[in-house]
Parts: sequence; C-alpha cells; structure tokens
Amino acid sequence: MGFNDALIGLVLVIFAIAEIAYSTTFPSLHGQAYGPSLFPIIIGCGLLACGLVLIARGLRTRNQQSRLAQSTQAESDKATNSPTWVQLGDWAHDPASRINMLLVPVLLVAYILLSEPIGFIPLSVAMLTILLFRLGSSLLTSIVIAVVTTLMLQLLFAKVLLVPLPSGLLLRWLG
Amino acid sequence: MLASAIFGLFVGSIPGLTATMAAALLIPFTFFMDPVPAIAAIVTTVAMAIFAGDIPGALLRIPGTPASAAYCDEAYAMTRKGKVATALGVSLVCSAIGGVFGSAILAMTAPVLAEFAIKFSSYEYFWLACLGLSCAVVVSTGSTLKGFVSLLIGLFISTIGIDITAGHPRFAFGNVEMMGGISFIPAMIGMFAISEVLRFIAAPHKQESIPQQPIKNVFRGIGGIISTYKLNVMRGGVIGAVVGILPGAGSDIAAWIAYAMSKRFSKNRDKFGTGHVEGLVDAGTANNAGLAGAWVPALVFGIPGDSITAIVIGVLYMKGMNPGPTVFMQQPELIHAVFIVFFLANLALIPLGFIAIRLSRTILLVPRHVLIPIILMFCVVGSFAINNTAFGISVMLIMGVMAYLMEENGFPVAPTILGIVLGTMLEDNFMSSMIKADGQFAEFFSRPIAATLGVLVIVIWTLPLLRLLLRTLRGEKTRLPT
Repeated sequence: MGFNDALIGLVLVIFAIAEIAYSTTFPSLHGQAYGPSLFPIIIGCGLLACGLVLIARGLRTRNQQSRLAQSTQAESDKATNSPTWVQLGDWAHDPASRINMLLVPVLLVAYILLSEPIGFIPLSVAMLTILLFRLGSSLLTSIVIAVVTTLMLQLLFAKVLLVPLPSGLLLRWLG
Repeated sequence: MLASAIFGLFVGSIPGLTATMAAALLIPFTFFMDPVPAIAAIVTTVAMAIFAGDIPGALLRIPGTPASAAYCDEAYAMTRKGKVATALGVSLVCSAIGGVFGSAILAMTAPVLAEFAIKFSSYEYFWLACLGLSCAVVVSTGSTLKGFVSLLIGLFISTIGIDITAGHPRFAFGNVEMMGGISFIPAMIGMFAISEVLRFIAAPHKQESIPQQPIKNVFRGIGGIISTYKLNVMRGGVIGAVVGILPGAGSDIAAWIAYAMSKRFSKNRDKFGTGHVEGLVDAGTANNAGLAGAWVPALVFGIPGDSITAIVIGVLYMKGMNPGPTVFMQQPELIHAVFIVFFLANLALIPLGFIAIRLSRTILLVPRHVLIPIILMFCVVGSFAINNTAFGISVMLIMGVMAYLMEENGFPVAPTILGIVLGTMLEDNFMSSMIKADGQFAEFFSRPIAATLGVLVIVIWTLPLLRLLLRTLRGEKTRLPT
C-alpha cells in the first residue's frame, strides 16, 4: 500500500508537533540545562523537518503526475496516470485477499484481548484454522494442521521452556 | 546446533523467509539458553540461511533471502544452461570460504579493536553511536531522507519508558508496561516476521514448478573454478567483511557491491547475466563474509553491523551481558567461543549444504500458505514468552504493521532497528558526558579519538547536504524516487 509522500509527511509533522508539545512538560534536572526532554525534542524537530520536505516532495510528484496525466490522457487509461493520494496494493482489488489482509491484525487483536479468559489452546486452534482455511487449505487439513501445531507449540513452550501460556477455559473444564 | 543448522537451511531455502526472520524466530528459544549456545544457534542458523537462499535463486529465480538477490538472475541463467549443479556447488563452496574468511577477519580485528576501545569514555561512545546511526542512514537502501525518518522513528521508540537521568516516565501515558520501555525482542519479531507475513498475504505467490534437472556431482569442477577466480574469492571476502563492519549495511548490500565490482573488473564483462560463474563467486563469498564482519562492531562496541547483530545485541542485553570491550577482558572465553562457533558453523556448511541441495526439491514443495499461519502463531507465542504478558504481542503487532507500511513506501527498516538499539546508548552517553563536562559542548572534542570521530560524523552529515546544494545550484533536474 503506497501513500503519497505528502500524506506521510503530514502525519509525521502532526506527530512531531504533538511529541514536542508533550516533551516540554517533562521536568528538568536541577542546575542542569539538559533534561529528559532534550532528546525527544531533538527527534521531534528532525521528524518535523523531514515531514516538511516529504510534503514538498509529495506535492511536486503529484504535480508532475497530473501534468503527465494531462498530456497522455488521450491514449492511456486514467486509472494508472491520474494523481493519487493513496495507491492501494494489488490485494485491495481482490476481495478475498482484502479480507485476508485485515484478518491478521484482527486475529492478533482478538488473541491479545481473549487469551486470558479463553486460553492459548482453543484460541490458537481457532486462529490457525481460520487463517489456513482463508489462505487456501481445505477445511479438514486446516483443522488437522491447526490442532497439531497448537499441541506442538504448547508442548514446546509450556512444557519444555516453561512459559506460562494462558490456560483459560480448557483447564477449568478439566478441573 | 545441528537443529539450528537444519532450521536455518530450511528457512533460507524457502523464498520469502529471510535470514533475519530466521534469527527473529529463534529469539524465544535463545532466551532460555546460556549465552554461548544461544549465540551458536543464531550464528549457525544465519550462516545456513544465507547460503540456502541461493538454492531457490538458482532453481526458481526467486532469491530465498535478500542477500541472494544480487546474483539470482545469474544463477538462474546457469540453470537454464543445464549447469545447475555447478551453480549450486560454486555458491556452496564460496559461501563456506567467505564465512571462514569473515570469521578470520573477525577473530583478528576484534581483540585488537577491543584493546583500543577499552580506553574509550562516554564521549567516544557518544560519537561512535552517532557514527553508527549516520552510516545506517547513508548506506541504507533507498532515499537518504526516508532512511533518516526511519532512524528518527527508531530513536523515538527508544525514548519510550523511564528516562535514565531524571527517572521521569516518557510517553508512557500512565501505562506501567510502557514505562518499562519497548523491549527489543517483540519489536524485532514484529518488524521482521509479521511484516513478512503481511507481505505474503498481500501478494500470494503461486507454488512454482521446479525445473526437472538432475542435480548431481555438485562438487565436480569446483576446484578449477575456485582456483581460476581466486582473486575474486579474496575480493569478495574483503568487500563482504568491510561492508559487514559498516553499521546498517549487511550481507545483502555486500553481495550487490561485490557483484557490481566483479562485473566492473572482469575480463568477460559481456558474459555477465548470461550464466557466467564469475559474479557468483564474488557475491557468494561476500554475503557470507559480511555476516561475520557485522559482528566486529557488535562485539567490540556494542554497535550492530546489521539487523541480525542488532537482534544478537538485544539477546545479549537480556542476558545481562553488555557487549563492549569489557567482555573481552572479563569473559574472554565467551569471545573465543564465538570465534570457534563461527569457524565451525561455516565448515559445517559444506556437508549440510550438500544435503540441502539434494533435498532442495522436497523443501521447495512445502506449501507456503500452510507455513505462514504457523509462523504467525509462533511469533505470537514467542513475543508473549519474553515477559509473559500480552503487551509483547501488542508491540509485535504495531511494529509489524508499521514495518510493512514503511517498506511498502520505500522506507528502509534497518535504521529503525539500529535506532531502537542505539538510542538508549546514545542518550546515556550524551547525558553522562554533559554532566561530566558541565554543559560545555566543546568537551566532546577534547579527547583526540573523540575529536576524530566527531569530525567524521560531521563530514558524513555534511557531504550529502553539500551534494544536494551543488545539485540545486546547477539547476539539475533531480530524479525523484517514486
């Protein structure tokens, strides 16, 4: 997914201003000119400058693009030449991969929120099954691979490396 | 070690899974190991992965790791000529030679530099960190401006958490886990593994058909080729090691430079790109030599030479070891162990790589759409395991999405990683220097080494600016990267 440089620059500038504003509230050390706010402010200024340059660059490319588009509009299709703010990747034109793209963050957020109450094993099986199925395995293979992988991970991390994976529902049912 | 070797070969030979990702996936395990086996595991995995990246490059024209991209076309052209065995054999032997060469350079230069570095004070370290960060920006792929933005993002992330001098929480917004700072490991798993997962899902590749060509007698005629091009082997090794030492430039850049040099100075320049073995020799040596070279600054100064050593430094910090000259004095056995591991790993490359070549067809048949979900789940558990909180997973997700968007827009990711790793060091040393110097900035140039390093940093920063100025003065039309 490509954004026009100007958009990225704008985001950076806004972020930098907010960051500098917040940094100035940090207390300074007694008798010391340089406090904890120094580095964040330097970084903020750098980001601000870069953001501004990116905006300038982005606008220039956009102008060039539109000039190019005007001169060649007749023979070529508009979709490729018209100036764009956001250029979506190939995945965005295909509804299936669009869902897949969103699926990864959604599944991860679900895991972060639900891992404590539900537990690692059921959640991991569910996540893997959904993802495997969406990426083109058949439903049965997805479930089998998901169960096997989950059990291996559980064995490896919880039993061998002694990581306290959230146990959740399953253990409560087993007593 | 054997297990990590097999793991490395496997990851490396699957297109789209990089050596850095292999190292990132290993971290959760190294967390539970002693320092030496942990380092051994990472070194072996990465050395194997870099070689194994050549296999799909030669067979499918898809580099298995970015470090193989430079000569992927060349190797594939050889395959089409029916010389696939020679291509793979050459890259295997050259990888091993390059690795041993790089290890030798590491073993020779690191102790000498360490003796020198023991005299360094916070001024020198401040400048060194600056130098490392500047190199990362200048050398990184793509536009310098975007590299700089990427660096600043990394530095910003490193300021999150309790401030060291005043003990004031920064950017934590009352969140206790944020106060502890963003830990390296989930961040790196996110930036290298999650972003790869997203990229795969965004552009699913079809399973490629593998050319049906017998791969026999891998080692036949290799001796002849190596002795014809001994100069190239040497040159590749030197380029690899030097580029590796530069912070921010790893084996992929080493391979590109070595390939370009080889083409430039070759007698048969026109044969390049048509399946000529010479470039393969140079670049194949360079990328493995670069791996070891990157460890020189990492071990001596605690400044990573590439993203893999950045991960290693993160791992070492977690184990309570601060890489730097003191390690050479206090734990020489550790340093020697690292050297030995390097030699062993690169020698083991020959038999194991041979097996991998024989099995390559089977490895390439593993469907990636099955692997990707498994990798994702592995990352989740891995970043959870570091602190046993879901916070690590959140960090991983955010950094992963960010790294994906950055790469899609031409922002190199390596400077961010260096920024995260070096940010704390930079600020620590700056602050303690300032307190020592009583706020006099001139003190930063008061010691000879510090002054030299400082001037170097300033030169690196002014050069691109001067060039830009000259270009605008001449009114030259600058070509914009899109």
